[in-house]
This record gives sequence, C-alpha cells and structure tokens, in this order.
Amino acid sequence: MSETTTERPAADIVFDHVTKRYPGQETPALDDLSMTVPAGETCCLVGPSGGGKTTAMKLVNRLIDFESGDITIGGNSIRAVDVTTLRRDIGYVIQQVGLFPHMTIAGNIAVIPGLLGWSKDRIRKRTDELLDLVRLDRSFGTRYPAQLSGGQQQRVGLARALAVDPPVMLMDEPFGALDPITRTEIQDEFLNLESEISKTVIFVTHDIDEAIKMGDKIAVLRQGGVLAQYGTADELLAHPADDYVADFVGADRGLKRLSLRRMREVVNGSAAAPDDAPAVDADASLRIGLSTLFASGASAVRVTDGGRVLGAVTLDQLQSAVTRSTS
Amino acid sequence: MGEPTQVIPVFSGPQCAPSNPFCWDWITANWSSILGPSLVQHIYITLIAVVVGLVISVAAALFAFSRNWFAGGFLAFSTFLYTIPSLAFFLMFVPITGLSLTTIEIGLTSYTLLLLFRNTLTGLRTVPRSAVEAAEGMGLTPQQILFRIRLPLALPSIMAGVRIAAVTVISLATIAASVAPLGLGKPIFDAIHTLFDTELVAAALLTIALALVTDVIVVGLQYLVTPWTRVRR
Ligand SMILES: Nc1ncnc2c1ncn2[C@@H]1O[C@H](COP(=O)(O)OP(=O)(O)O)[C@@H](O)[C@H]1O
Ligand SMILES: [Mg+2]
Repeated sequence: MSETTTERPAADIVFDHVTKRYPGQETPALDDLSMTVPAGETCCLVGPSGGGKTTAMKLVNRLIDFESGDITIGGNSIRAVDVTTLRRDIGYVIQQVGLFPHMTIAGNIAVIPGLLGWSKDRIRKRTDELLDLVRLDRSFGTRYPAQLSGGQQQRVGLARALAVDPPVMLMDEPFGALDPITRTEIQDEFLNLESEISKTVIFVTHDIDEAIKMGDKIAVLRQGGVLAQYGTADELLAHPADDYVADFVGADRGLKRLSLRRMREVVNGSAAAPDDAPAVDADASLRIGLSTLFASGASAVRVTDGGRVLGAVTLDQLQSAVTRSTS
Repeated sequence: MGEPTQVIPVFSGPQCAPSNPFCWDWITANWSSILGPSLVQHIYITLIAVVVGLVISVAAALFAFSRNWFAGGFLAFSTFLYTIPSLAFFLMFVPITGLSLTTIEIGLTSYTLLLLFRNTLTGLRTVPRSAVEAAEGMGLTPQQILFRIRLPLALPSIMAGVRIAAVTVISLATIAASVAPLGLGKPIFDAIHTLFDTELVAAALLTIALALVTDVIVVGLQYLVTPWTRVRR
C-alpha cells in the first residue's frame, strides 16, 4: 500500500465468557463463549440458522449489547472505547451489502474517510487504490450502486469496509447472496487480498465448505449459542469433537480433508512413477490427485511442477496422509 | 371590494363587446397593468408559502423522527389545520394580522404542513434497512445517519409532496384574494361583480397555466436533486 494509508497492525480478538440473552427469550442466543482469534487470522463462525453466529459477530462492534463476560481487541475491552471510534476501526460487511443508493461508488467508499477529515486528494488516491484492490475498474467510481451487479456491489462493500484500513473485519455471510460462480470468484479474490493485507476477520457463514475454504480457524456453534468446537479445518475434519460436529462437517469429511493439502506435501521424490501414471500438478489438492488416480486406473500419479517431475504418489500415500494423526 | 360601476373603465377597450367571454384585445391592453402584476404576485405568494411550509415541515419531521410523541402531535395539529375551511381560516386571522399578505401566508403555509410533514417523515422512515445497518456498523452516529443517509433518500418523497403542495397553494391563493387584493384572485374577484367575462376567464386560465408550469418545474427540480433514481444498469 502506498503512503496514503499507514499500515495498521492486526489485533487479536478475545471472547471471554460472553453470554447474550435477548429480552424475553428462554435460552441464551450465545452461551458462555470463550475463544481467541489470533491477530491476522480469519475465524469462520458456522452453525445452524439461529445458532447465534450473527449475534456473536455483532457483539464485537457493539451493535448488540451484552451483560456478562468481556470482549477485547488487541487487549483492550471494547467497552473501554467510545462506540463510534470502535466501529470506525472495524470493517463491516453484510450479505445485503447496504450501499448508500444516493451516493456514487466513490462517495460510498469515502464516507468514513470524509468523517475522519481526510483531504480530498488523499481520499481520491485511496479510492483508486481500493477499486484496484477489489478488481473494479476505476471508472466505477462515478456510478451509482443501482448500476452494479450483485457481485460488483459486494466488491464495493468490501472496498468501503477496508477504506480506513481497519485492523479488524466483521463479515456476515458476505457472499451468501451471490450466484455460485461469482461467489467462488470473489472468495478467491478475498483470500488473495487477505494475504496482502493483514486483518483479523470474523467471517459468518452457514456453509461449512465456505468455512473450510476461508477460515484459518473454524468455530462451530450449535443451537442455543454453545460453542461445539473451535479449531483448524483439518482438526475439525480429523477429530470432530462429537456427533454433532461430525454431522455438521459432513460424512465426506475424509474427502474434504484431501482438499486441504497439496500434492507437493506428500510427494515421494525417490519413488518412480509407473509408465502409465497420469500427471498431476504439484499445487493440485490431494482430492484432485485421488480423482485423477481413480479416473486413470493407474497405481500412482506422477507429480509435476512446471516441466519437472517431482516423483510419484500412490493410493496408500493419499490414504495415510489423511488418516495419520494431525496433531 | 368596490361597486360595479368602478370597474366599467376596465372593459372600455373599443372592440370588446360585454357579451364576448374572451376578448384578446382586452388582454393585451391590460397585461402590464392587471394580469402581469397579478401573476407575479401569485408566484411569490405561492413561493413563500411552499418554501416556509417546506422548511417548517422538514425541520419538524427531522425532530419527530426519533420522537414519536412529537410526530403524533404534529400530525394531529397539521391535520386539524388542514380540515379548517380555507375561507374561514383566512378570515380567522384578519383580526390579528389584518387584511395583509401575512394573513394569506399563514393560511396557505398551514395547508402545506400536513402534506409536506407526512411525506418527509415517511421518506425518512422508508430507507433500505440494509443501508442503515451498514451505516451503524461503520460507525455513523444516529445524527449522521439521519442527515447524510435518511434525509437525501427522503428527497423523492419530499419532492412528491412539494409537487402537490405547490399546485394546491396556487389554487387556494386565488381565494386568498378575498382577504387581501393580491395575486390572480384579485382580477377574478373584481370581474365577478361585472358582466364582462374576459378578465375572469383570463385570470382563471393564467392560474391553471401557472399550476401546470409549476408542476413541470418541480418535476424538473426533483430530477436534478435525485440523480440516483434515474440510473440504469
Ligand atoms: N434482536 C433480537 N431480538 C430477540 N431475539 C433475537 C434477536 N436477534 C436474534 N435473536 C435470536 O437469537 C438467536 C440467535 O440468532 P442469530 O445470532 O441471528 O443466529 P444466526 O446468525 O446464527 O442465524 C435466535 O434464536 C434468534 O431468534
Ligand atoms: Mg445470521
């Protein structure tokens, strides 16, 4: 990023025995939640509808108040700062996007920078930078939200949330309203973008596959706002804490684990591939490797990196890669 | 309001027979002395009433937005004003403010309040829920959301109110001439007492034309201040 923004370090988010009970409700929406999202990581909150995902997320920027427990960002209680200041330091993205229809795209992005008193020149530079970041042509700046497709609108939603380079981002099913192709595209771009800018992200989704793809960590909530399990995707898939989590991550969790690792990680350099072995790229997932193996009927696949052959991978190796303990 | 005999010189144009309901020569002869000035007066009577009504209504709606007691109170008050017969309203204020422009404006402005207040408040309340949620989440204060998000998004609704209010005031203002001799109502009231129809017909036609032109102008204004409502994908 250029000199228009000072790079702000990410901060960890800590939930410390947080309970939220809505007035007039028998059961809490969130029950004694304790977990730490390390600085710079993405935590996906998954669970059934009504499981308390949105509630947990909205507690962080105090759109919802809570009575017991505490939440800290970078060590500071969110109750210790003024609520407006708190929110301006937290990027906020929702499924319905919520662009301001009467403002141009540039106007939407400039709202918070404007309120913070940035100069016109700095705002214009930052807007261009953000449009580049979310891969929208700069000419979109002068258009109105109604002129954009759903996917383009959510890109603007992202750009707006990133405007003042907040250390923390809250995202509530941000890609949930998009068609599958657009969703995959914008997911990939967000992953890409995240690797360039360090943010601590709480990402709500009801889709376990999206959580596996997007999250460094996954928190599975169950009905009643109880945390069922918190860990990496691999941990959840390899060792689901109970039947509920096992059921939630799906009966095909073995295959899903294959998706998490790349051929490069398991290739055996000394083993020579048989002559009929099909080639698989070193950066393809084990799942692709398995699929290729099955489709060809060969006993092993040849792993290639560009023009170079790295070695061979057999069915046994694929299997042991996911059955061996992860811890 | 004078006796009919005093009006006789008005239709003394040579070619105008009293039986002719629309005599063009009279109109050209009396444009600069009667019709033109009346039209200009009518325009500023209307302009004052609509602008003052708009300022009061928008201020009241902004104040009422988060205060339901005030919204209910102001709505009841402006509805009450709206139900008073217009002539009675004008005459009610004569003992206080006399046979003056002030009396006319009090009456006309009062009539705009119900419409403009209700339209503004509705506009403030019907902005997309998601835009407000995003604004809250981003850290806009309730005041900033009201003035930067809700008020501009209420403009189409406000302008729709202005459109009806302006046309209503133009027609009501003719009646106001019974209180003070101002606007296009004056030639109408003058001519009612005579056998000569051209003055009445000309003033009435001018009133209608003014209402139509005003409507077009307000629509044009709305077009200018709400550019986002007319974009296409
Ligand atoms: N504003 C509210 N008032 C009362 N109950 C609410 C409110 N918001 C959510 N709830 C309840 O809290 C529970 C959790 O809701 P939510 O956090 O929205 O779940 P999720 O995002 O996982 O679908 C649900 O039972 C829901 O009905
Ligand atoms: Mg939700």
